[in-house]
Amino acid sequence: MLLYKSMQQIVKVSQLTKQFNSLTAVNQLSFSVESGDVYGFLGQNGAGKSTTIRMLLTLITPTSGDISIFGYDLNKHRKEILQQIGAVIEKPDVYKYLSAYENLKLFAKLSGVKPSNKMLMDQLEMVGLASRAHDTVKTFSQGMKQRLGIGIALVHNPQLIILDEPTNGLDPQGIADIRNLILILSREMKKTVIVSSHLLNEIEQIATRILIIDKGQKLVEGSSAELFNDQQTILQISVANNGTAIQTIQSSIWANNLLPERDGQIMVGLNKEDIPNFNRMLAASGVDIYSLQARHSLEDYFLQVTAGKQHVGTFTN
Amino acid sequence: MWEHLQIELYKVFKRPRTYLSFAAITALIGVIQLGLLVDGKEYADFVMADFANSFSVDGKILNGYFICYVILQLLLVHVPLLIALIAADMISGEANMGTLRILLTKPQSRTAIVMAKFIASVIYTLLLLIWIAIMGLFLSMLIFGTDDLFLMKSSYVVIVKESDVFWRYAGAFCFAALAMVTVAALGFFLSFFAENSIGPIVATMSVIIVCTILSTMNIPLFNLIKPYLFTTHMITWKEFFDFKVNDANEAIIGSIQYPDKIIRSATVLAVHIVLFVGSAVWLFRKKDILS
Repeated sequence: MLLYKSMQQIVKVSQLTKQFNSLTAVNQLSFSVESGDVYGFLGQNGAGKSTTIRMLLTLITPTSGDISIFGYDLNKHRKEILQQIGAVIEKPDVYKYLSAYENLKLFAKLSGVKPSNKMLMDQLEMVGLASRAHDTVKTFSQGMKQRLGIGIALVHNPQLIILDEPTNGLDPQGIADIRNLILILSREMKKTVIVSSHLLNEIEQIATRILIIDKGQKLVEGSSAELFNDQQTILQISVANNGTAIQTIQSSIWANNLLPERDGQIMVGLNKEDIPNFNRMLAASGVDIYSLQARHSLEDYFLQVTAGKQHVGTFTN
Repeated sequence: MWEHLQIELYKVFKRPRTYLSFAAITALIGVIQLGLLVDGKEYADFVMADFANSFSVDGKILNGYFICYVILQLLLVHVPLLIALIAADMISGEANMGTLRILLTKPQSRTAIVMAKFIASVIYTLLLLIWIAIMGLFLSMLIFGTDDLFLMKSSYVVIVKESDVFWRYAGAFCFAALAMVTVAALGFFLSFFAENSIGPIVATMSVIIVCTILSTMNIPLFNLIKPYLFTTHMITWKEFFDFKVNDANEAIIGSIQYPDKIIRSATVLAVHIVLFVGSAVWLFRKKDILS
């Protein structure tokens, strides 16, 4: 059993780089995950999320950089660290010719646990598969396989849970189930969870801290409260003529604040105190404004930073 | 390691594909035994055609020992395919199912995982050979009885006394096991280079076919590499059935004519196993799991 050197900082990644021939999938990435965090890991397809997660799980060897988990070097204490990690990586693939019970038992043994029948059935009960315990997995739906994958990740009672796209292929109910499970793991069972997902609204509801990466590099890292502070606002503007309005903005001092259009509407990132002046400038230029709406969702923020990439850095408490 | 091996064996023997090999062996041997049981006399007459005028034979040529020899000659060409079905699937099959990445996030060393998988494929190979021995030797002894073993070589006849046969079969099966483990090691090694089972299975069989052709063609260029090809040495089990003779040209019971040939072949096969498995371990320790 690993004695934690660092109870506060569960994961510390420093200058992590991974190159596949000429492609740099992850580039000088640094971040840290603290005890009890639900750490949302965001990025577009190909941003380097899965590569980073696979490096945390020793599936991929970093080209350079350091990873320490529970205060220990991952290279030197791989086995001890992995005993305290449960993971679901993309699709929850298990042995389809075995039953849910057999899969769980097999992976529990591989995790160093001597599972009792009660323990295995309790685990299956927790993920809602007790009634199908002895059915072969090939008869399961995608959602059931996903739940079994999570059951396997949790069977050895790990302290750190890493979920890479855990809601892939799930219906809305399945997504809600996973969200609730993550909240239970974090709030009731006091686990630390790293979760990557494309579903930004899901991350927004559960993450205590968020890391956004693009092309293998960190764009921003911080707590949800810090990222959505009142000073950072995205305006969604509906006008009579987009072309005229965009020309007006481009010739103003806010030219660099213009973001890509969304749903035919103009998007501009502004500080809160600039909004009245911005509004007056548009009106004075003869732009007919139908609506001007401040957006604060994670999706807006994500689109802002991944489009502009101007906010490279870390928010600190 | 032991627990991991148990898990690997559990997975191997839970798959229906595993039992196809045993069913195929049963069917093939059954067909040969049935054919020889019904029309064995004609087969024996055909085999003895060249020698019929030279000497007469007392006793049963078509006995269990002879049937087993025929079966081994026929089957040991096909068994590599059945072994490749499992060994070449050990890593590639896991990569294809997506279970490899889950497996490698567990607190087990990669070397232990590879070795457990290889040992599981060796155990499967040995069980397959034991099954061939049960069906081919013991069942044939039961059906056809026992007598001296009468073997026709290219230019001479070998008659092995009944009392001197059984240990030779034990040796031949042990050697065949080594040869088949070499095939398993090759399939296992090739399974690292693909993310589906078909490629490594076909590649294993292709390597065996090409090397067998090179081993059997009597061309000076190929003769240089023949001694280093594992396929050249896979048929050395037959050496257990050649014995030394004394000055009166009588068989020396318990002797083997060229024991050094058996040792040399076994060494070449063992070196191949070490090379294939060693390379597999080395590659697997460095491999990035992207599946």
